[in-house]
Order: sequence, then C-alpha cells, then structure tokens
Amino acid sequence: MIETLTYEFPATQSVEHRAHVGVVASGNCEILLEPAKDGRSAVVVRTSVNGFGGTWQAVLGRFFARNPVAVQIEINDFGATPAVVALRLEQALESAQ
Amino acid sequence: MTTMLLTESFAERGARERARALLDPQTFRELIGPFERIASPYLAAQGVVPQSDDGTVVARGTIGGVRACVVATDGRFLGGSIGEIGGAKIAGALELARRDAQRGTPTRMVLALDTGGIRLQEANLGILAVSEICDAIVALRELMPVVAVIAGRVGVYGGLSLSTALCSEIIVSEGARVGLNGPDVVETESGIEEMDSSDRPLIWRVTGGRLRLRQGFATELVSDDVPAIRDAIARAFETPNELGPLVAQVFPDPRLARDDFLRAMEIQP
Repeated sequence: MIETLTYEFPATQSVEHRAHVGVVASGNCEILLEPAKDGRSAVVVRTSVNGFGGTWQAVLGRFFARNPVAVQIEINDFGATPAVVALRLEQALESAQ
Repeated sequence: MTTMLLTESFAERGARERARALLDPQTFRELIGPFERIASPYLAAQGVVPQSDDGTVVARGTIGGVRACVVATDGRFLGGSIGEIGGAKIAGALELARRDAQRGTPTRMVLALDTGGIRLQEANLGILAVSEICDAIVALRELMPVVAVIAGRVGVYGGLSLSTALCSEIIVSEGARVGLNGPDVVETESGIEEMDSSDRPLIWRVTGGRLRLRQGFATELVSDDVPAIRDAIARAFETPNELGPLVAQVFPDPRLARDDFLRAMEIQP
C-alpha cells in the first residue's frame, strides 16, 4: 500500500513562483512546489515504497538545510532513489525562483 | 552523427514538453494543470501512486497562428493509460473544439497520444471515456481535420487505438507503434508461436509506423524530430487529406460500421 509521510522544516527565505517537475514513473517522482506564507515548510510525500521514512527525512533535511525556503511541497513518488529526489528538489527550486 | 546532433527529439520529451513543442512558441497555456490537483481518485485505494495531472496534458495556444489545442498523454505514467480523469480531459477538449468550430472560431485539435490504452485500475470508466472520445472525434471530424500524432516511446495500443483510427489525419514516427493488442497481450493470449514479445524487430515489422503508413492506417510518416512533426501538422491542417485514413474511408459513419458488424455477426441491428 501507499505510505504517506509528512515533514516540517523551519524556513527563512521565500520563493517567487510555484513549480511542477518530474513524473510518476519507475525510479522517478513528481514534485509540486508552492510558496508558503508562514516561516515554515511543509512536505507531504506519497510513496509506493514503504519503510523509508528515515531516508526521506535525511534527503529533505539536507535540502532545507541548504535552502531554508518557505514552501509547500507535495511529492508523488514511484521508487525514486535519494539522488533522484535530491535532483528533483533542486530542479523544482530553480524553476520556482 | 551530424543529423543526430541536429535533431530535436520529440520522443524524449514528457507530455507537457511535447504539447509545448507542438504549439507556437510562447503560446502554451495549460488547462486543468497539475496544481488543480484533479488526479485519479481510484489509484491510491489500489496501492498505486497517482499523478497530479493524471498523465494527460491539455494545452491551448496557437499552431501556425491559428487557435489550437494539443492533448498529450504521458507514456511514462502507468504506460500513458487512460482513466476517468484523463479520458474526460480529452473528450472535453474535443467537445470544446467542436463548439468553437460551430461558432466560426475553429480550434486546431492535435492528439499527441502515447498510451497503452485503457487503465486497468479504472477499466469501466476508461471504456466509457474511449467511447466518448470516439464520438467527439467523429463529430469534430465533420467540421475540420482532427490530427493524431503518434511519435512517442509507447505508441498507441488498446482502446485509444480505436479512437486514433477515427482521426482524419494520423502522423506516425518510425519509432512509434500502433496496434489494438500489444505484443505482451498477444503472446499471453495466443502463445509465443503467434508472437514473441521479446522480439523487438518483429514487433516493429508488424505494428511499426512505417508499416502502418503502407497499410493506410496512417497518413504521414515523420522522423523523431520536432520541426518535422510541426511541418507535418501544418500540412495536415492546410491541405487536409480529402479521404482521411483507411478506417475513415471504409467506415465514414461509425453507426453504419456498428450495423455492418452486427449483420456480419448475424444479429439484427
């Protein structure tokens, strides 16, 4: 079954636009990124691969440590590796700025 | 090598980028995009992660300066399969194009399909969607050309191959495939003697774009190159093929086709 994970991170910066990148295909994921108003970021992950909550926490934690942006992120994942997720996050942020 | 480097591949793009590539530059405007979050409500319950656009992109813009609408399905998401949402997006776009044509403001309709057919997780709704799409294509075809572009990695199989056959112009690439049953289905149903689905040359010999052109199931063969495909689309609208593809010639009216079929089955229409 699908696992749904939620995370929150503190944020100090903002982004201009929303961005949509990626695709729900094998080894890939789709990311919807939207500017958030309050100084926090919220992430919802829906994944077909269960039991990797800690890995998601690490990948997202590293992303927000480098880019403390106030955004709402929704990820639809179809078995993307941590490296692919990290690249997709960077791509979404670049498109949103 | 030079040709390879100069080619702008269509097949390597995702659905949204394909739609963008077929519309005139800077005119792409998506309808019911990913942020509307109109995804399939049935997939999660079946353990499948949905996609925010349901794998179908509908975009308005212009083609050759004329109002246009491009529908593109994404073959990477569940094989480009059509469920309730994607199907409704396609049927709705065709219906709006028909209304536009009747009001004297024609909208050039391009179906850039890359699909394995109806989504098994939404089978009945997918079948319903295909019938609505077929109806809408036939209605629009009376007023203006309906152009299908099959130039993706999947091609067009299953239910949508029926809808595609009804289009008045069908542009195929050499790498694309068109068929009702896909190779895996044929192998499963009829045995490996009938079709070895791992035999890729065989698959292209019997369902590839080049063959489909020669059989009359397509009206133009293009290379996997965006400018070549755009040129073919422009030709399709500017000098439409009077007769249309084979299916449209043989069965100008799908109701007659149904009656013929029923008679052949010795059932009173």
